[in-house]
Amino acid sequence: MDADGTPVGYMERTRLYYRALGYSNDYRWSHYDEVPFTPLKKPLAENTVTIITTASPPEGPPQGNPRLKEVWSGRIDGAPADLDTEYSAWDKEATHTKDRESYLPVLALQDLLAAGRIGALSESFHGVPTKYSQRQTLEQDAPEIARRCRAEGVDVALLVPL
Amino acid sequence: MGLVARELESQGIATVVVGSALDIVEHCGVPRYLYTDFPLGNPCGPPWQREAQARIAAAALDLLEAASAPRTTVQAADVWPGENGWRAGYNRIGPDNQAELAATGEKRRQWQSDTRL
Repeated sequence: MDADGTPVGYMERTRLYYRALGYSNDYRWSHYDEVPFTPLKKPLAENTVTIITTASPPEGPPQGNPRLKEVWSGRIDGAPADLDTEYSAWDKEATHTKDRESYLPVLALQDLLAAGRIGALSESFHGVPTKYSQRQTLEQDAPEIARRCRAEGVDVALLVPL
Repeated sequence: MGLVARELESQGIATVVVGSALDIVEHCGVPRYLYTDFPLGNPCGPPWQREAQARIAAAALDLLEAASAPRTTVQAADVWPGENGWRAGYNRIGPDNQAELAATGEKRRQWQSDTRL
């Protein structure tokens, strides 16, 4: 199954997994027919870029409870060596997240900045929790991320889900 | 994360998603997507492989310039080093682990009940 290099079918795999755990209602992933699109307004070399991650801050979620995860921000310059990924769904058997750069590309973007490929990195990167409730993401977290990006003059965001 | 991309784009911020769950990202629908065919957890490149990570970040920026319409997906050239066993291993269900999974589910529901907000 999937050994030949075809992409893993994560939605089907996850549905079957949660049924095996004894959950009766299948999760419904977001789906949209219409997708917004903002073209770059100026050459990439003049854009301010940020990074958005689904990882939690190094100290983990509030009170150690993943249900209390909230939007958070950290400084790109001097970003923590490790973020908390314990409460996110990723392949904990096949790999690890001990190298921050494998999911938060600070060094790679700093090199691209030094090479003049982008205009600036924003002061902050941002964390957005993956929540079961899409309504909370739509009504609270996504607008809050947008607000924080606009406050720092961000033109472009790299979104990196674990 | 697709929902965040949609919000940012609607507010005039251009986005590119870098991620490994092809079906989930495309099901949601995002403006620009760099697909990296790796186990979940390292969408920006295998751990400690700085050259691969640099290529992937550069490819994400290239896609920002190249895409002219939403739902543009590009697959990164880098491949996961080593065996392909991770593809079949993720959330594997077999006759040998069904009882364990059922027990894990029970424990999880108890925790969910205990921590209900």
